[in-house]
Amino acid sequence: MRRWTLLLVGAIPAVFLAYFFVYPLVTILYTGLVAEGRFATSAFREILVSPSIRGVAWFTLWQALLSTVLTVALGLPAAYVFARYRFPGRSVLRSLTLVPFVLPTMVVGVAFLAVLGPGSPFGVNLRGTIWAILIAHVFYNLAIVIRGVGAFWEQIDPHIEEAARTLGAGAWRVFRHVTLPLLRPAILSSAALIFLFSFTSFGVILVLGDLRHATLEVEIWRQATAFLRLDLASALAILQLVGVTVLLIVYGKARDRRAAELPLRPPSETARTPRTWGEWAVVVSTLGMLGIVVVTPLAVLVGRSLRADGGLALTNYANLFDPPRASALFVPPVDAIVNTLRFAIPAVLIASGIGMLAAVVIVRARGRSGRVFDSVLMLPLGTSAVTIGFGFLVALDEPIDLRASLLLIPVAHALVAIPFVVRSTVPVMESIQHRLREAAAVLGASPRQAWREVDLPLVARALAVAAMFAFAISVGEFGATSFIARPATATIPVAIFRLLSRPGTFGEAMAMSVVLMSITAVAALGIEGVRGSRSGGV
Amino acid sequence: MLDVIDLTVRFGPTTAVDGANLTVEDRSIHALMGPSGSGKSTMLRAIAGLERPVAGDITWNGQSMLGVPTHRRDFGLMFQEYALFPHRTVGGNVAFGLRMRGVDAPSVARRVEEILELVGLPGYQGRSVGTLSGGERQRVALARTLAPRPRLVLLDEPLGALDRSLRERLMIEMRSVFEAVEATVLYVTHDRDEAFTIADRVAVIRDGRIVADDPPEDLWNHPPDGWTARFIGLENLLPADVLARIDLLPPTPEATAGVVPPESVVFRPDGQQSGLVVGSHFRGGVFRVEVDLGAGADLVAWSGVGLETGTVARFDVTADRVTWFAD
Repeated sequence: MRRWTLLLVGAIPAVFLAYFFVYPLVTILYTGLVAEGRFATSAFREILVSPSIRGVAWFTLWQALLSTVLTVALGLPAAYVFARYRFPGRSVLRSLTLVPFVLPTMVVGVAFLAVLGPGSPFGVNLRGTIWAILIAHVFYNLAIVIRGVGAFWEQIDPHIEEAARTLGAGAWRVFRHVTLPLLRPAILSSAALIFLFSFTSFGVILVLGDLRHATLEVEIWRQATAFLRLDLASALAILQLVGVTVLLIVYGKARDRRAAELPLRPPSETARTPRTWGEWAVVVSTLGMLGIVVVTPLAVLVGRSLRADGGLALTNYANLFDPPRASALFVPPVDAIVNTLRFAIPAVLIASGIGMLAAVVIVRARGRSGRVFDSVLMLPLGTSAVTIGFGFLVALDEPIDLRASLLLIPVAHALVAIPFVVRSTVPVMESIQHRLREAAAVLGASPRQAWREVDLPLVARALAVAAMFAFAISVGEFGATSFIARPATATIPVAIFRLLSRPGTFGEAMAMSVVLMSITAVAALGIEGVRGSRSGGV
Repeated sequence: MLDVIDLTVRFGPTTAVDGANLTVEDRSIHALMGPSGSGKSTMLRAIAGLERPVAGDITWNGQSMLGVPTHRRDFGLMFQEYALFPHRTVGGNVAFGLRMRGVDAPSVARRVEEILELVGLPGYQGRSVGTLSGGERQRVALARTLAPRPRLVLLDEPLGALDRSLRERLMIEMRSVFEAVEATVLYVTHDRDEAFTIADRVAVIRDGRIVADDPPEDLWNHPPDGWTARFIGLENLLPADVLARIDLLPPTPEATAGVVPPESVVFRPDGQQSGLVVGSHFRGGVFRVEVDLGAGADLVAWSGVGLETGTVARFDVTADRVTWFAD
């Protein structure tokens, strides 16, 4: 592609990001660092001396660390089982492990509230304790280990491990000195991602922490919406951005190291059926535990949502249409469902369009400029949704007041989804051998025809997956939406949160969560369906 | 007719092709042979328009191709690893070039059927390329390249990825396919047997320069220099002072080395020359015998019977079969 074409294609995502991402961030910086037209550190001094905010920062850090360690420890056995063994139902079970990851935070929060909160079928009440938060984080992030480490694990040539065994290493030493060092980059990059998600956790903490525990994210939201201290919220957002940037650098380093020369084998050649009773026991017990962890909260959520007045009833669902406690300000929850779908469609279109253009630029502009563009596009991933929403709130009144625009919510959702679109299309585009384009050219295809005939069909599947991811993100997004949704434009997650904050509507919150879960599950199944139907030879 | 004139291709500081000249006549099969890194693939890619030369010209019937983009040159190129489109069937791959040329669907289908039959894969249209064996993939790639009847067919190590026995068979098949479609072919390989079996003429490339360009027999019998002789696998490239011991004297003082074809050495009890047998190995039909000429130089020759190691063998050499060079 010519330089100019590339610049032109790159300009669209660049302008989009500049206006909807960089500009709000700069405004946050300005709000946090400038008071009465002059550089001021007063907001920072205030958060640094406040014992409660220092407590929040410390809590944010250690809960993220603990969540990461627990998730990796529990995820590795499952990653191993899926990477190395073939067994009946493997692909279905693997798809199932993705479900928690694509579930909206609100659903996870409500599900764990149903399992561990007041009225729990297990007779406990962990609401407001660190345990509820940690368990939810493990549940939520397990898929990152299973997918991230597993995808790498299944490509490691088993001959390497077998060679170690013939050299006299026992099973444990093979794992300790061969497998683990090979997996380290994959583990590190998965861990960095889990840490990032736990560090910026919002919805789960808000619901399960019961405001007794708060992360920086929750604190930003509280300062901005409850205390209207925009300067403090901005200072906190800056603090969080610095932390996240450091983390992203670590993540990038780990990801680069993964590219080290290692003879990779296609997964189909490395997985095998378990042979001994011992191997079957490992597979079955790991899958059993996984099943319990994944299925219990969702089953309890569905079960409790169907109970009312001491028996099985659809009261909670019926109330979504006709809320008995409706007030003048409260729209029927069912409206939120319509809103959600109405926002999801433009969000998917924007995210796929911008993400695709960006991916083309990253792949085609080789070398430094491509890498820079790549990292810039990953920034929204690191920037928490709350920061994005908060940035919209403080920035988008000038030069055009977009805060009341109906497009604002889809744009925010697209910003959150773009990194996922880019991440899932770039590797596919990169893997399209340059040879194939050359082959098309020598057969008489112009560059445009070559793109249409070779690149597009090969990328289409990845793009379909990315679009469904974007859909799942949009319908479940809570952090940013909680800042910019108006009462009449509430989405399902926002409606769930409102139902939770009112007394006596926990049943409706659960019903609404089941609705949201079902919508997301359809998207997740679509993703797996498209991925699974990939034919051989690519 | 393809003319490559003083072609130079550089990658940064390295010069891959360095002033190469080559002419491929219509309906001839020309091999371009060289060791890895000699610039042969780069030269092929430059002809296809996939690399941009810094100097020189590439012409077709006297018309420069430099300003013509790859897809308008009408030169077919078959890649070493085939580069089959994974998302298309065998038929889809073979039809690709025809579709790009705007051929109507019924004609495309006819031509695909015809060419698949020619390469020995009749009825393979609907197969997925992922399910093919190495040899089948090779044939599909060949069919795909030939289907649109390009005016020049370029092949980059087309048999390089296959095992030996399959290669031998496909070499001969490929030659007959090229003859059947009357193709003009430039065939890049590092393998002597392949080049000699397939080509009417063999050009040898060394460090980006064409150092020889002859019919196979001429190249074999009269290599232009010692490097080429060694590269095409001629044995008995020996210094002049060693050859003098068996009464082979250089025709000119500049000639410092010569090649003695093994088949010009005949063992007989009353031979004029003699040497110690240091090796005798059965090679299927004949024995490969090594005779020590002194100074650590061995002469290789063929013998119908095995000779005992450590005995003295007597032999004659046909002096006019020796090729001399300044090495």
